[in-house]
Amino acid sequence: METKLPPASTPTSPSSPGLSPVPPPDKVDGFSRRSLRRARPRRSHSSSQFRYQSNQQELTPLPLLKDVPASELHELLSRKLAQCGVLFDFLDCVADLKGKEVKRAALNELVECVGSTRGVLIEPVYPDIIRMISVNIFRTLPPSENPEFDPEEDEPNLEPSWPHLQLVYEFFLRFLESPDFQPSVAKRYVDQKFVLMLLELFDSEDPREREYLKTILHRVYGKFLGLRAYIRKQCNHIFLRFIYELEHFNGVAELLEILGSIINGFALPLKTEHKQFLVRVLIPLHSVKSLSVFHAQLAYCVVQFLEKDATLTEHVIRGLLKYWPKTCTQKEVMFLGEMEEILDVIEPSQFVKIQEPLFKQVARCVSSPHFQVAERALYFWNNEYILSLIEDNCHTVLPAVFGTLYQVSKEHWNQTIVSLIYNVLKTFMEMNGKLFDELTASYKLEKQQEQQKAQERQELWQGLEELRLRRLQGAKEAPLQRLTAQVATTGGQS
Amino acid sequence: MAGAAGSVSGPGAAGGDGDDSLYPIAVLIDELRNEDVQLRLNSIKKLSTIALALGVERTRTELLPFLTDTIYDEDEVLLALAEQLGNFTGFVGGPDFAHCLLPPLESLATVEETVVRDKAVESLRHISQEHTPVALEAHFVPLVKRLASGDWFTSRTSACGLFSVCYPRASNAIKAEIRQHFRSLCSDDTPMVRRAAASKLGEFAKVLELESVKSEIVPLFTNLASDEQDSVRLLAVEACVSIAQILTQDDLETLVMPTLRQAAEDKSWRVRYMVADKFSELQKAVGPKITLSDLIPAFQNLLKDCEAEVRAAAAHKVKELCENLPIEGRETIIMNQILPYIKELVSDTNQHVKSALASVIMGLSTILGKENTVEHLLPLFLAQLKDECPEVRLNIISNLDCVNEVIGICQLSQSLLPAIVELAEDAKWRVRLAIIEYMPLLAGQLGVEFFDEKLNSLCMAWLVDHVYAIREAATNNLMKLVQKFGTEWAQNTIVPKVLVMANDPNYLHRMTTLFCINALSEACGQEITTKQMLPIVLKMAGDQVANVRFNVAKSLQKIGPILDTDALQGEVKPVLQKLGQDDDMDVKYFAQEAISVVAQRLRKLDFPDKDSEEPSTPGADKSCFLRPTGPGECAGKFLPRMISRQKETERLGWLPRRQ
Repeated sequence: METKLPPASTPTSPSSPGLSPVPPPDKVDGFSRRSLRRARPRRSHSSSQFRYQSNQQELTPLPLLKDVPASELHELLSRKLAQCGVLFDFLDCVADLKGKEVKRAALNELVECVGSTRGVLIEPVYPDIIRMISVNIFRTLPPSENPEFDPEEDEPNLEPSWPHLQLVYEFFLRFLESPDFQPSVAKRYVDQKFVLMLLELFDSEDPREREYLKTILHRVYGKFLGLRAYIRKQCNHIFLRFIYELEHFNGVAELLEILGSIINGFALPLKTEHKQFLVRVLIPLHSVKSLSVFHAQLAYCVVQFLEKDATLTEHVIRGLLKYWPKTCTQKEVMFLGEMEEILDVIEPSQFVKIQEPLFKQVARCVSSPHFQVAERALYFWNNEYILSLIEDNCHTVLPAVFGTLYQVSKEHWNQTIVSLIYNVLKTFMEMNGKLFDELTASYKLEKQQEQQKAQERQELWQGLEELRLRRLQGAKEAPLQRLTAQVATTGGQS
Repeated sequence: MAGAAGSVSGPGAAGGDGDDSLYPIAVLIDELRNEDVQLRLNSIKKLSTIALALGVERTRTELLPFLTDTIYDEDEVLLALAEQLGNFTGFVGGPDFAHCLLPPLESLATVEETVVRDKAVESLRHISQEHTPVALEAHFVPLVKRLASGDWFTSRTSACGLFSVCYPRASNAIKAEIRQHFRSLCSDDTPMVRRAAASKLGEFAKVLELESVKSEIVPLFTNLASDEQDSVRLLAVEACVSIAQILTQDDLETLVMPTLRQAAEDKSWRVRYMVADKFSELQKAVGPKITLSDLIPAFQNLLKDCEAEVRAAAAHKVKELCENLPIEGRETIIMNQILPYIKELVSDTNQHVKSALASVIMGLSTILGKENTVEHLLPLFLAQLKDECPEVRLNIISNLDCVNEVIGICQLSQSLLPAIVELAEDAKWRVRLAIIEYMPLLAGQLGVEFFDEKLNSLCMAWLVDHVYAIREAATNNLMKLVQKFGTEWAQNTIVPKVLVMANDPNYLHRMTTLFCINALSEACGQEITTKQMLPIVLKMAGDQVANVRFNVAKSLQKIGPILDTDALQGEVKPVLQKLGQDDDMDVKYFAQEAISVVAQRLRKLDFPDKDSEEPSTPGADKSCFLRPTGPGECAGKFLPRMISRQKETERLGWLPRRQ
């Protein structure tokens, strides 16, 4: 087996997403539900789903599953499943109330039955079950009401058919978690196409739906070994499209959370495919505008990789430096936070490789006019492990940051920053007094040299520009000269 | 580092001599490698200068290899590089050496960032035209093939954009290979590549032989149009337009229409949206026969689609669709097959749908003629004029001229008025601004009597709006109205009301008087300006608010050219001189500016012969003087005085030059 799922926690949830026993009916799963608190309907929203059922049949309540003899159970079960495959218009909240109630009751019963009754899941019911689930959950998500939907600011659009949809998801989850569930049978129906459509649903604006999808996909990944590579590949496609084409996909955080737990289970040594995922997908994900929505999960994934294989550190840090935010201070603070997480687990041998470019960037952050960025960067010096790394390599690190720190200590508008820098300089002095004195002495000289270099650059370009003009002039005049020369020679001959 | 720095100074200083051998490549490359991204970017943007300094040969042998090797940089820098290389043929020695540019561009075409890649492809497409057919097959086609079979999706995506530029000039054997590569990209494993291929399918079809289009492109099109991802399917709709243009009617019916019908009923709204959005193009491409048999029913479905996005996109196309129908039988088709659906849309639940419809519905009146308009369209216009959403009402009002041509405006005017009044008082200032901009148009269509009776008070009310942009627009509006209705009308209806505001307790309103005078004086002419406006302006020179006083100075400067010498000499000059001694430095500044302009004007009026170059007749002189003081430029924001002054000086900068 190439990968194994972790038995325990995922990044944000304290409780287990693993193969825990079937949860009590009122509690769905161990994944945290923090997104639920803002689940307040704003306005009913259209759904593309309903238009495909034109002739609505009347639903009549069937006998309860527990009331029939075992011999008739499966026949009734499949009739109930068929009943639950009927869709209702939830935009019109008073339409067909009776039918909705019948379906709701049937779904509730199915949830109950598949969760608690043994021996229900026999082979013939699998196709019925998967069909019922597919009909209900697979739909083209409606267009977002707000084209500039900001997951952090705006209220999400909630799925109007949630009263039924929730029960279908719940049923799906119980089905997957049932002790009777046989992946070898189910894999005929839960195939690549099924998974692809499941992944597309992650774009749902409704956080409750994404929460269910996350748990379900996690279970699917765990139980269907044959689908694992495919799921990872399709996740890659979603991410790459998100990064380079759309910049819009609602379920990035959820997918990353699942991947975090998958990475955790990667076997060593890491396969090329997984390394490529880190370098070509996870690192570029840092460049996306809405980073704040999924940064925690992303940083977790990155650190997981580095804990698996420390030799990737250089790649990761250079990648982060490449995508370092230039104008968004909020993102810059996140980058600094992630960098500190990485430095917390870095091996000294790796630190040596990236210390110079890294600390030049840190120095630039310290000189940021936004005090939160400067402050976050200066907090690095409060971290004892980082401090020890700096101390071991002070001959490289100090020259890289000294000039900036020295300058900012005199110029920064924010008093807190100035005093923090003062502390850092003091640490440097204690760390290596001699080097500190040398740097102080050469600071002025370097400033002058910089100015001189700038001047020289200007002169160089001026020279080049003059040369260019002369060349252009020459190019214009050249044909003329040739012509006159020609005239002169022919004139001489005649 | 120190060594490099030292070496810069020598050639840099010597550069002035023009001896290019003194520029070692290392120095130039140092510039391209500078630690500061901004400097690096600047250097790349001047890459042509560097190449020129190196000469064509060293550009080829030294600079290009360097550029090819060091393609790991900020995307910003790479983008600039990709752009530069597209116009670099001249710097490497002309078309014979154009292929030297391919290696760096090939690397750029494989980078991750879409913007960079697209630019590299654009440059490659450009350069491909400079290749000879032989060089194209020797260098360019192999590059396309390498990209098309690259490992990572980025290079394959880039390849999609290059097939159509090399296909027409390749030999038959190569052509077959190119088609083969394109085919395999259309069924690539990665959706990104399939999307790129789908988006280039139409372009590629256009350069192919008709036989190949039928035998190869159509199957590809059919496959892409039924892709598992809707993002691919919707791109096939675009390709459909190009393919349909190439095929004959019979082929269209059998090869393309089944797929198009399917797209119009796709389960994903994005695909249906695309069909609606491309409807006019599709209509033109498939011709009138298929339009009637297939597209009209499809359009009806799109107009009642369950997604508002689709309905809005279709509503936008209503007018174009109707216009492009064959004239014969057009009226019947519209009346029977389109109009019933439009009627429904007027009361749609979604405001975007209604406003999309409102922006085109008026255009139908010219197509349907007077009777149909009165009987069928007018009720719809009236309903939309009463719509709850201001955008819908605005869209109707902004297209009034179409209806005016057909039925005259009187049919609408009774309903127009409440709609206009409501928009004029809308809580959102942008809505008010929009309706003000239609006022001159409305005034022209409704006539002066209706205007005086109903709308004049609105126009005056805008002058005291609490948003500056509205007051400014209202001022311009007055000027346009005067141009329309004439000076007599201005004198009787507008000017008195404007001048009354000079005594308003609010200094902002007093300033509005000045701005109105600035805008109106030209249109009103010398008499009104001298007799009615000037006294008020002069009186306001004693205002207690400095902003008002320096705007008096600006106004005097502005209306100066309209006044005669007596007024300038006897009335304007003393007041300006007094303002020139003001305590406030801004007032002083603008007064002095005005004094110098007025003085020049006086000098010229006294000695018209001296300025022989300038036209000396007052009329012509006036026009040249007035041009810069058009209403659009009447600056003078209220509070940021320093800024307004700066603007003012910039604008006045040309005056001395002209004199």
